[in-house]
Amino acid sequence: MSDETIISEELQSLLNVPFGPEVYDIEKGMVKKFAEAIDDPNARWQSETPPTFPAALVPTELIHRLFNAKSPLKRLLNGSSELEYLKPIKVGDVISVTGILTRLRQVAGAEGPTLFMFTEMTYTNQRGELVVKGKNTYVKY
Amino acid sequence: MTVYYEDIEVGSEIPALVKYPTTMRLVKYAGASGDYYQIHYDKDIAMANGLPGVIVHGWLTLSFLGQMVTDWMGEKGTLEKLNGSYRGMNLVHEEIFCYGKVTKKYAENNKNCARVEIWAENPKGEKTVTGTAVVTLPAREQVN
Repeated sequence: MSDETIISEELQSLLNVPFGPEVYDIEKGMVKKFAEAIDDPNARWQSETPPTFPAALVPTELIHRLFNAKSPLKRLLNGSSELEYLKPIKVGDVISVTGILTRLRQVAGAEGPTLFMFTEMTYTNQRGELVVKGKNTYVKY
Repeated sequence: MTVYYEDIEVGSEIPALVKYPTTMRLVKYAGASGDYYQIHYDKDIAMANGLPGVIVHGWLTLSFLGQMVTDWMGEKGTLEKLNGSYRGMNLVHEEIFCYGKVTKKYAENNKNCARVEIWAENPKGEKTVTGTAVVTLPAREQVN
């Protein structure tokens, strides 16, 4: 096991830099497809989006930068997800998502160093209202 | 069915939900969410990553937990928060057992809130996802 840092300058440079906004039109078909994919037949999801739908509104630039950053750690898992709903996301909304890397933490795991990457997302609708706040932790090991 | 704030008790369990995700389910989830990480549908790549086989997306298991909570709270309930930590693996073609238990009842900002501890188990009885949901529920006296 090595004490060497696995937090590269490239990753460090991404800290606290907001990426986005990326804009998603919430189309009826995409919501239907998502509800079907998660096997949730609740009629509520014909007009409103299911709870985990923000997972489909990816801040792609941040995610690509995080996942493609050069690293000796090749394996990646999702560590945790957190969503706070301030208003429903409905079919017909236009949602802007912004993502930010808030923290990097290296720990010594059983199989060597493990890196936790903490991210936060904000989802805003076409009226400028903050609708959802999200947090996600990714684990590289 | 409507669940009223007065009718829930701390410590009571909410109806469980059992799912049996197939590879097709994971492919559908990959397509709908845009998460095409191959460990969720390509067994060779999953095993090359040290995994015992294709594993279920954490977000999909959290979606099942979300369904359990929203099915229980009914159309008059509102989901305020949902979170989950991915502690273990659910393998494809294995049952996922979703459970929830009310751990707190409280009023906040004139809303009747309930906090529900939620978790998923694999067939070995290991907790694979643990988290909480917060819902607001209607009160009986406010109903006409």
